[in-house]
Amino acid sequence: MFAPRSLGLALLLGLLPLTASADDRTLDVVAPWEITGLDPSTSGYVFGRMGIAETLVDTDDDDQLSPGLATDWQVDDDDLTWRFRLRDDVTFHDGSPLTAEAAAKSLEHAWRKPGMLDSAPITAIEADADEVVFHLNEAFAPLPALLAHSTTLILAPDAYGENGDVRELIATGPYRLASLAPPQRLTAERFDEYWGDAPAIEQTSYLAVGRGETRALMAESRDADIVFTLDPASRARLTRNDRLSIHAEPLPRTIVLKVNAGHRFLDDQRARQALSLAIDRSGIAAGLLRHPEAAAAELFPEALGAWHLGLDASEAQDLERARELLAELGWEANGDGILERDGESFRLTLRTFSDRPELPLVATALQDQWRDLGVDLEVAVGNASEIPSGHQDGSLEVGLMARNYGLVPDPLGTLLDDFGSDPDNMGGDWGAMGWSDADVASWLATLRHDTDPEVRSELAGRIATRLNEAMPVIPVAWYQQTAAVGTHLEGFSIDPLERSYRIEALRWAE
Amino acid sequence: MTSLTLSRAPSRWRSGLRGLLLQRLFQAGLVAWMVGTLTFVLTRTLPGDMAYRIAAGRYGHDMVDSAAAEAVRAELALDQPALGAYLGWLWDLLQLDLGRSLVSGEPVIHELWHQLGHSLGLAVMAVLLSLLIGPPLGLLAGRKPAGLLDRGSELAASVLRALPPFAVGLLLIMLFSVALGWLPAAGHGRFAHSVLPALTLALALAAVSSRVARNAMAEVSQSAYYAFSHTKGLGARLSFLRHGLRNAALPVVAYLGVQFVYLIEGVVVVETLFAWPGIGHALVHAIVARDVPMIQGTALVMGLMFVALNTVVDLICHWLDPRRREA
Repeated sequence: MFAPRSLGLALLLGLLPLTASADDRTLDVVAPWEITGLDPSTSGYVFGRMGIAETLVDTDDDDQLSPGLATDWQVDDDDLTWRFRLRDDVTFHDGSPLTAEAAAKSLEHAWRKPGMLDSAPITAIEADADEVVFHLNEAFAPLPALLAHSTTLILAPDAYGENGDVRELIATGPYRLASLAPPQRLTAERFDEYWGDAPAIEQTSYLAVGRGETRALMAESRDADIVFTLDPASRARLTRNDRLSIHAEPLPRTIVLKVNAGHRFLDDQRARQALSLAIDRSGIAAGLLRHPEAAAAELFPEALGAWHLGLDASEAQDLERARELLAELGWEANGDGILERDGESFRLTLRTFSDRPELPLVATALQDQWRDLGVDLEVAVGNASEIPSGHQDGSLEVGLMARNYGLVPDPLGTLLDDFGSDPDNMGGDWGAMGWSDADVASWLATLRHDTDPEVRSELAGRIATRLNEAMPVIPVAWYQQTAAVGTHLEGFSIDPLERSYRIEALRWAE
Repeated sequence: MTSLTLSRAPSRWRSGLRGLLLQRLFQAGLVAWMVGTLTFVLTRTLPGDMAYRIAAGRYGHDMVDSAAAEAVRAELALDQPALGAYLGWLWDLLQLDLGRSLVSGEPVIHELWHQLGHSLGLAVMAVLLSLLIGPPLGLLAGRKPAGLLDRGSELAASVLRALPPFAVGLLLIMLFSVALGWLPAAGHGRFAHSVLPALTLALALAAVSSRVARNAMAEVSQSAYYAFSHTKGLGARLSFLRHGLRNAALPVVAYLGVQFVYLIEGVVVVETLFAWPGIGHALVHAIVARDVPMIQGTALVMGLMFVALNTVVDLICHWLDPRRREA
């Protein structure tokens, strides 16, 4: 007769030998980001982070530029010709040597596709003996930082098809791609002819898992050794698991308010300062983002070095001072507690979008906090494109968004886009609007060509200070990268620039 | 068995078949046109600028500005009138060309082929698992209506069907991966990876099919012809095999057709939860990135699959039930 339950059980038991524990000595990394394909212009970040492909310029543990496939670099006196000298002991995963021709060819492919290099004033990339030479039509000091970005990964000539498509991932990293199943999975194995120190871990895998709940459960069940990006509820639970250690690190991606400084309510910097002073950043960070250390009193977190001022978020809130500033500007509270001037209420519309689910939450918190100041804020949750289009047609009043200042180790490229070095035409889609400051423009212009580290560091501090005074964009919070790591792994750390998972530094605990 | 029946009575088996198939073929054409048109209209009317969405899908949110969006708009001719794009799609479809993905640039048919294999594998395993669990349980329960097994399986079926597949999946991961450590929580590559997603789908399918089988069996066991088979001296086993099974199977198989709707909807959720690289997962991502050719292709394949599966169900019922052939 039928015995359905025992049948089902037998079926399940029959499968058991097929399941392996996480101790099969493959390092399993799980993260939310999918692999679109082989091309560095779309999925380079995965290959860079997994140690499969490398860039000419690397970053060290302090997030400063350091030699990668290039040992050193310099710019000619005219500031228009950059030379990157290559390592001479590097082989690609197919055994062919890394030559200047190969690197120049690879960078030329990267330059022709959307990515970091198209924001630089490059006219030609060529090989000269053991150097890759960039010709520019105007000075551009942050070029080495761009060459640390994952869209500029160096691949072998045979990696490319005739039309420039990447057909095979032949790179130089300590790991070699073993299998790729887009959009979710790749495996890699240690590359024994690697030029640098051999990593301790031999096999790795990467799996893109979109759901936060699933990722957290994979950490708990040890299906994954490292899980990136934990949702707040799961993070609290995983913290109590003594087989896991939880890591968090602020990222240079900042939640900012883009303010229309051309608007008649907001054209005086005191009005923008008042709005900033009325924000309870610690409350938003602890209550909504569940990371008290995420509160951001300035745009740039510590990972960005000289750009970071070290301001205290708890001192950035002062409601009394905010009221005084607005009173100076002629605003008076009416019977409902809303500020009025010349018969007009202080009413603004804030646009934000739900692609990043925390933004609408933060927007409603701001609505509440600004109400205490007497500002009536309407929140419109729409689509990310409404902020750049509102910038272009001038209809945006306030926008809440996330901006990544650490796409490359030097935020200058992003700042040139966002603020600009032309005093008559400042601002950008995701930056200042209706705002100009001749000093900032000239400092940014100097940073474009001056390569002296001391000058750069000083100007970085000056720009950060001025931006913090004038508030063309108002910082609210920093994003946090979080990771759950099995205690059977040693040597884990998070790269705040998200360039690398630092797998080379990991080893199995004995 | 089919071939046996065919060779024994080919003309009887075939009667009514042509009409059935023609009708389904017409349906398939209609579904293809309607699904394509609807997805086209819906994606065009979704809020947000398509060019920004596609640029974000290609290069990531951090790299999108109005320049990138304008480049995408120019490359894909998104500023052209919608009617032209629609007619172009229809013309390509008539030539069986589904176009290329706006995000990856790969031919849609190529991507679908890859994903459809994963989804079909999962769906077939889910249906087989559900058939192993549901109908046998239902038949057993139906032989003794209101017995302990009947009551117990009714409760279990109600709970399982009421829970969304997302919740069932999470509970299964907690039990089999986190607590017991028997099966991997998510991912793909090994056979063991497919067990939990298939089981998630199978449990809800089995919940319905066990109840359908139970009701069918209860009805059969109370029928006059079943009582007569006992009276004429057949034992419980032979009565069941000769007179019970085929009669009870009909509603179970017919219901399977209805349940494919659940399967298709469940696949979308389950694949996302278990990071399974199938067609449901692809559909979700295509919608987020406004990848219109991918959305149209995916919806089209799902719609046609539904018609095809229902045709198979019809054919099985046609074979099981001789009364239909004379009709």
